[in-house]
Amino acid sequence: MDVGEYRVNRFLVTISVLLLAIFAGQAWASEPTPWQMGLQPAASPTAAKIVELHDALLIVITVITVFVLGLLLYASVRFRESRNPTPSKTTHHALLEIAWTVVPVLILVAIAVPSMKLLYFADRIEDGDMTLKVVGHQWYWEYQYPDHGNFGFDANLIPEEELKPGQKRQMDTDNPVVLPVGKKIRLLFASADTIHNWSMSSFGVKVDTTPGRLNETWVQIDRAGTYYGFCSELCGVNHAYMPIMVKAVPPAEFDIWVKKAKQEFARVDEPEAPAKVTIKVAEHALSK
Amino acid sequence: MAEDTAGHAHGHDDHTPTGWRRYVYSTNHKDIGTMYLVFSVIAGLIGGAFSVYMRMELMEPGVQYMTLEDGSPDGHLWNTIVTAHGLIMVFFVVMPAVIGGFGNWIVPLMIGAPDMAFPRMNNISFWLLVPAFLLLLGSALIGGGAGTGWTMYPPLSNTGYGHDGAAVDMAIFALHLAGASSILGAVNFITTIFNMRAPGMTLHKMPLFVWATLVTAFLLLLALPVLGGAITMLLTDRNFGTAFFKPEGGGEPVLFQHLFWFFGHPEVYIMILPGFGIMSHIISTFSKKPVFGYLGMAYAMVAIGVIGFVVWAHHMYTIGFDVDVRAYFTLATMVIAVPTGIKIFSWIATMWGGSIRFDTPMLWAIGFIFLFTVGGVTGVVLANAGVDLVLHDTYYVVAHFHYVLSLGAVFSIFAGIYYWIGKMSGRQYPEWAGRLHFWTTFVGVNITFFPQHFSGLAGMPRRYIDYADALAGWNYVSSIGAFISFGSTIFFVFMLIYTLKAGRRVEENYWGEGATTLEWTVSSPPPFHSFDQLPQVK
Repeated sequence: MDVGEYRVNRFLVTISVLLLAIFAGQAWASEPTPWQMGLQPAASPTAAKIVELHDALLIVITVITVFVLGLLLYASVRFRESRNPTPSKTTHHALLEIAWTVVPVLILVAIAVPSMKLLYFADRIEDGDMTLKVVGHQWYWEYQYPDHGNFGFDANLIPEEELKPGQKRQMDTDNPVVLPVGKKIRLLFASADTIHNWSMSSFGVKVDTTPGRLNETWVQIDRAGTYYGFCSELCGVNHAYMPIMVKAVPPAEFDIWVKKAKQEFARVDEPEAPAKVTIKVAEHALSK
Repeated sequence: MAEDTAGHAHGHDDHTPTGWRRYVYSTNHKDIGTMYLVFSVIAGLIGGAFSVYMRMELMEPGVQYMTLEDGSPDGHLWNTIVTAHGLIMVFFVVMPAVIGGFGNWIVPLMIGAPDMAFPRMNNISFWLLVPAFLLLLGSALIGGGAGTGWTMYPPLSNTGYGHDGAAVDMAIFALHLAGASSILGAVNFITTIFNMRAPGMTLHKMPLFVWATLVTAFLLLLALPVLGGAITMLLTDRNFGTAFFKPEGGGEPVLFQHLFWFFGHPEVYIMILPGFGIMSHIISTFSKKPVFGYLGMAYAMVAIGVIGFVVWAHHMYTIGFDVDVRAYFTLATMVIAVPTGIKIFSWIATMWGGSIRFDTPMLWAIGFIFLFTVGGVTGVVLANAGVDLVLHDTYYVVAHFHYVLSLGAVFSIFAGIYYWIGKMSGRQYPEWAGRLHFWTTFVGVNITFFPQHFSGLAGMPRRYIDYADALAGWNYVSSIGAFISFGSTIFFVFMLIYTLKAGRRVEENYWGEGATTLEWTVSSPPPFHSFDQLPQVK
C-alpha cells in the first residue's frame, strides 16, 4: 500500500484501539479504575455469566427508558395546549391495555430464563478441588486452608502511613489470599462477631458471613492476577477498612506457596501450649 | 346559611379554637395536615443537612471532616449520620408528608366528608411524632449514637459489638412511637374511606388519591406491627437477657432480617403509593382529560400492595439462604414490574390527546414519570439474585432507591405542595419560582444520583466513609449535585414562606376545567369545617 493508505490504516487502528480501551472498560484491570462506568472484568465463569446477563439487561432497560422518554417528549410537544386546544375524552383502549400488560410479561420471562440459569450455576458445586474457609472479624479477614494442613492467617488492611510504593490505599492487605488458577474452589464463610460480607466483584462472589451460620459457594479463577474486594455488610466503625486481596497463581506456584505458608502460619487447630501447672497428688494415690 | 344535617344552625366561627390550644388539642384534619407538612419540611432540612455532610466527606478520597481528636477517621460518627439520614427521611419526612400531610388534608375533602372518622386519634397520631423525632435525635447525643444503618441488623445492633449504650434503645423507642402513630393513622384512614364517602360515591367512583391512601393504610396496618415485634425483640435481647438474635444463646441473626424486611418492603410501597395517587390527579388536571384506565390504575395499586408483601427477601439475597427460595423471590419481585408499568403507560395515555399546560405541578409529574421509570428499571436489574451477586450493598442499590425515593416520592411531595398550596393556604406560589425550583432540583438530583450507578458497578460499597482512590471521579460529581440540590431546597423553603405571607390570593378552582374532584368545589382555603352538608355525587 502507498503512504496515504498506510497513514489511514494506522489512524483507524489507533481509533479502534482507543474506543476498545474506553468501552471495554480497561480490560485487564481487576479492581475499580478511574471513571469506570461498567462492571469489573470477569475472572471466573460465574462473573462472566453475570457480566453477560447485565449487559443484556442494560440494553433492555435502556430501550425501555428511552421509549418512555420519547413518548413523554412527543406527548408534551404534540398535545400542548397551544397545539391541541380541545382535549380528547378517550379513557380506554382495550388492545393497548392488553399490549402493555402482555409485552412486559414477555420481556420479564425472557429475562427470567437466563437469570435462573445463572443463579443455579453460581450457587455451589458438587465437589471442589480445594476448600478455602473465610472468617469475618471486626475488622479483618481470617483465612483457613483446611485441605492443606489447616493453616490459617489474618489479612489486615495496610494503613496509609505504611504503604510502600506501588501498594494501593484502602485495598492492599498484609497477607494476600493465594489461590490456584483453574481449580474449582469451595468457599466456606463464617463470622466471629457481627455480620460481614466477603465480596469479590471479578469473581462474582458475594456472601454474608453471619455468626452461628456456615455459608457456602464456589469459584474458579480463570486468569492469574491480583484481585480486590471489599467488606459488604455494615460491621462497625472500620467497615470501610477491611478489604480483600487475592493473588491467583498457576497451580505449581500455589503448591510452592502452600509449603512456605505451612511453615510461616500457625495451624488453625493447634492447641495452645498448656500452662505449666504443678499438681500435688497424695503419695498413696500414686502407688495404686 | 342552610341548616346542616343535624338540624340546627351553627355559628362555626365562634367555635374555631385559637392560640396554642388550636394545634395541641386539634381535632381538625386540615390543621393536623398542616402540622404534618410543616414537620416534614423541618425534618427534611435536617435529614438533608446530614446527607450534605456525608457528600462533603465523600467528595474526595480520604477522611477530611469526620475525624477523631487524633485525626483518625471517626467511623462511628459516619455510621451514625448514615443511619440518622435514612431513618429521618423514611419515618419523619416522606411518611408524614404524603400520609399525614396530604392524606389528612385532602382525603376528607375528596370524599365529601366533614373530617376523619376519629378526629381526636388523628391528633395523637401527629403529636406522637414529636417525641419520636426527639428520641431519634437524642440517640445521637446520649449513648454515642446508633451506627447500625436504618436496618439495625444484629449482632451489630445488639450489645457487645459497639452499641452498648442507650443509643440503639432510644432509636428503637423512636420507631415504636412513629410506628404507633402510623398504625393509628391507618385505622383512621381505612374507617374514614370505607364509611364516610358522600352519598353516590361508590368505591369505583372514588378519586385515585383516595384509592392510593386506602391501599397504603392497609400496608401500614399489616406491616408496621411486624417491625414493632422485631425491634422489641432486639430491645429485649439488648436489655432483658433474651437471645432471639444471639447465636450464642440459640438465636439467629437472620431472623431479624426476615422480620425487618417483611415490614421493610411494604414500607417502600407505603412511601410511593400516595405519590402515585397524586400523580394521577395532577396529570389529569393539566392534560384536561380524565385518567386513562381508572379501574386498571386502582387495581394496579392494589396488586402492587398485595405482591409487595411476598417479595421481602430480595433484600437478603446474599445471606446464604436456599437457592430455590432465591429463585422464587427473584421471580416474584419481577412480577411487580407489570402493574407498575401499567401505571406508567396509563399516565402517558392520559396525556395523549390532552391539552397540556406545563405549570409547576405538571413539571414535577412529568419528571416523576421519567425518573421513576429509571429507578424502576434498575430495580428490575437488582431483582435478579444472580446479578445481585455483584450489586448487593453497592452504590448501584443506593442509586436505585434514591431514584425511586428522592426522584420519585420527593418529586410527588413537591408536586402535591405546588398543586394544593393554593387550596390549603388560599395563596398561590409565584410560577417563575416554582419552575426555577423544579429545574434546579431536576439537574441537581440527577447529577447526584446518576453517577452512583457507575460507582456501584465499579464496586464501591455502601456505608463506606472512605473508598479506593480510583472511585474518586464519580464521587466528586455526585457531591456537586448534592450541593446544588440542597441549595435548591433552601430556595424552596424561602419561596414557601413568601407564598404563605404574600402570595396571590386564589379562588375555589384555580386550575380550571381539568380539576374535577371535590376539593376544588370548596373555597381556598376551605372553612374550618367543610361539608357540614354532604354533597351529592352523581
